[in-house]
Amino acid sequence: MSDHYSERDLQREITELESKSTTAARLFDIRRIIGGLFVLYGVIVTIAGFTASDADIDKAEGVNINLWTGLGMLILGLLFLLWLWLRPTAPPPPPVLPDEKKETGEG
Amino acid sequence: MQTPTYLAAELRLPTNWLDYTILGIYFVVVLGIGLAARRSVKTSLDFFLSGRSLPAWVTGLAFIAANLGATEILGMAANSAQYGVYTTHWYWIGAIPAMVFLGLVMMPFYYGSKVRSVPEFLLLRFDRAAHLLSSILFAAAAILIAGVNLYALAIVVEALLGWPQWVAIVVAGFFVLAYITLGGLSSAIYNEVLQFFVILAALIPITVLGLKSVGGWDGLSDSLTESRGADFMTSWGGTGIGSDNPLGANWLTIVLGLGFVLSFGYWTTNFAEVQRALSAKNLSAAQRTPLIAAFPKIFIVFLVMIPGLVAAVLVPQIGTADSDLQYNDAIPYLMQQLLPNGVLGIAVTGLLAAFMAGMAANVSSFNTVFTADIWQKYVVKHREDAYYVRFGRLITAIGVLASIGTAFLASSFSNIMAYLQTLFSFFNVPMFVVFIIGMFWKRASMKSGFWGLIAGTTAAMVNYFVIYKQGIIDIPTDQGANFVSAIAGFVAGAVVMVAVSLFTAPKPADELQGLVYGTRSPGMAEPPAEGDDAWYRKPALLGWGAVILAAACYIPFSF
Repeated sequence: MSDHYSERDLQREITELESKSTTAARLFDIRRIIGGLFVLYGVIVTIAGFTASDADIDKAEGVNINLWTGLGMLILGLLFLLWLWLRPTAPPPPPVLPDEKKETGEG
Repeated sequence: MQTPTYLAAELRLPTNWLDYTILGIYFVVVLGIGLAARRSVKTSLDFFLSGRSLPAWVTGLAFIAANLGATEILGMAANSAQYGVYTTHWYWIGAIPAMVFLGLVMMPFYYGSKVRSVPEFLLLRFDRAAHLLSSILFAAAAILIAGVNLYALAIVVEALLGWPQWVAIVVAGFFVLAYITLGGLSSAIYNEVLQFFVILAALIPITVLGLKSVGGWDGLSDSLTESRGADFMTSWGGTGIGSDNPLGANWLTIVLGLGFVLSFGYWTTNFAEVQRALSAKNLSAAQRTPLIAAFPKIFIVFLVMIPGLVAAVLVPQIGTADSDLQYNDAIPYLMQQLLPNGVLGIAVTGLLAAFMAGMAANVSSFNTVFTADIWQKYVVKHREDAYYVRFGRLITAIGVLASIGTAFLASSFSNIMAYLQTLFSFFNVPMFVVFIIGMFWKRASMKSGFWGLIAGTTAAMVNYFVIYKQGIIDIPTDQGANFVSAIAGFVAGAVVMVAVSLFTAPKPADELQGLVYGTRSPGMAEPPAEGDDAWYRKPALLGWGAVILAAACYIPFSF
């Protein structure tokens, strides 16, 4: 076939697209969303646990399952926010053009 | 991975405003992720592979979540209620070795060659025939599976919440359409990571309360040993060759059929999974993607198996004509019996999230294969990159609409859908043969890929639909027949590939760089990123650690 597609074509195409890609620079950090949602869910379900009726507790084999699940989710959410705070999103590395690399790297 | 059968109508959950608030918040967050991810999409690489820039823990959790769809969760709980602790085989031998093999052995070829999809690797290693065949079959299978998922969701939602089926299909379809069209793969992956944690928050309370209701693990074990026999609570009891067991498989077909052929076919060549690893930011992160996923996979079995076993104790007639409950109802039944409002909302949200993620994984891999492998290579070539981003968004919308159509079709022809699914599942098996021989044998010729795919698929189908269904050989269950068909497909594919290779021209050696074991692709020389040399990030340690842990998990269930 005339338009034979080889690995070199693919490597060139993807390398070029990678240099133009904006995901690394612009995509938000998912830890913020997981942390936020689980803190919110944790608070809601924990409150449901504090106000649980006897019927709720009897249904769940005598366990105040809302309280425990709520606290668990709250802790998970806080851990994600803590992780984000301790290790903030790394800024993307400055783009290095392949040509510059060759010139600076000696031998 | 099978279509759930119909849930009994009396499974209606006592949901209230609190549960719906929790569900509503989730839908808002799902859309928010799509909107926020939109600004990160500039090139087609951003849209289809997240610009190959995500960290390993994100792609790893997405890798496991893409597999942890609701059909898998309900299906494996059903499996446990029916067959007992045999379910562990689908995890410890039927997943971990394949995931580790993908990470340690195959990922350098996939990621290093910079292919965007699994079929694209076949194009580089073999020829256009193998590429086009696998692309078209994958695209068709992805739409079918997405549709079946959507239909399964509609049945469950109708039984649990009382929504009419069409409402559930249209609402779930719309949300998946919206967030993938907006944010592409990044949006799908981020939602999968979120879904992973929500589904854990749903399954853990069900498992804990379920165990408590039957008197703990000892109570569960004693009562099932009494009612179902001692083998029900073991992994390997009764699997000797020639002995009878409910699974209809012996240790050899379990190890070869499930553990080797079926599992390696699914985990190492199914693009809906591999795509997650290809979006990682470097080779080390891509290798660690399935390895990080392996650790939760080892333990998730307890969260689906225990609810299934508990249901088998609480409703001894489950799955038989004496009970309204099907095996698939195990988890919804426990939700109804044990969870108060609040946690119930979390569980409903987790289940819906799992259905949507299962569908989204298929849609986001479908749009990549359709755009990069079919449209860009055979239909409209050499256009500017922005055109393919626009086309990717358009085909996402078309794909979702097609799966909505499939879901409505499935509601009237569910048997046909089940057949089609079996049919497509047989295609994974020869895919694995072709990959493994292509990666390890330089001499495998350009034409051998296509003929290996055809021969393997045909052999597996003949074995299943003719030899097994017509009763020529006696295999007691569908599962057992699946395992044997997979082995037949593997052997036939391998034999035909070797035979065709001997009579046709090999691919020139300089076109095989980085595609065959023992060669390196030009782009693979990149140095490891900073921090990737830490001991806990070494792929070999993670991989072998997972294998040893999975083997150790068998010990308490083997005697």
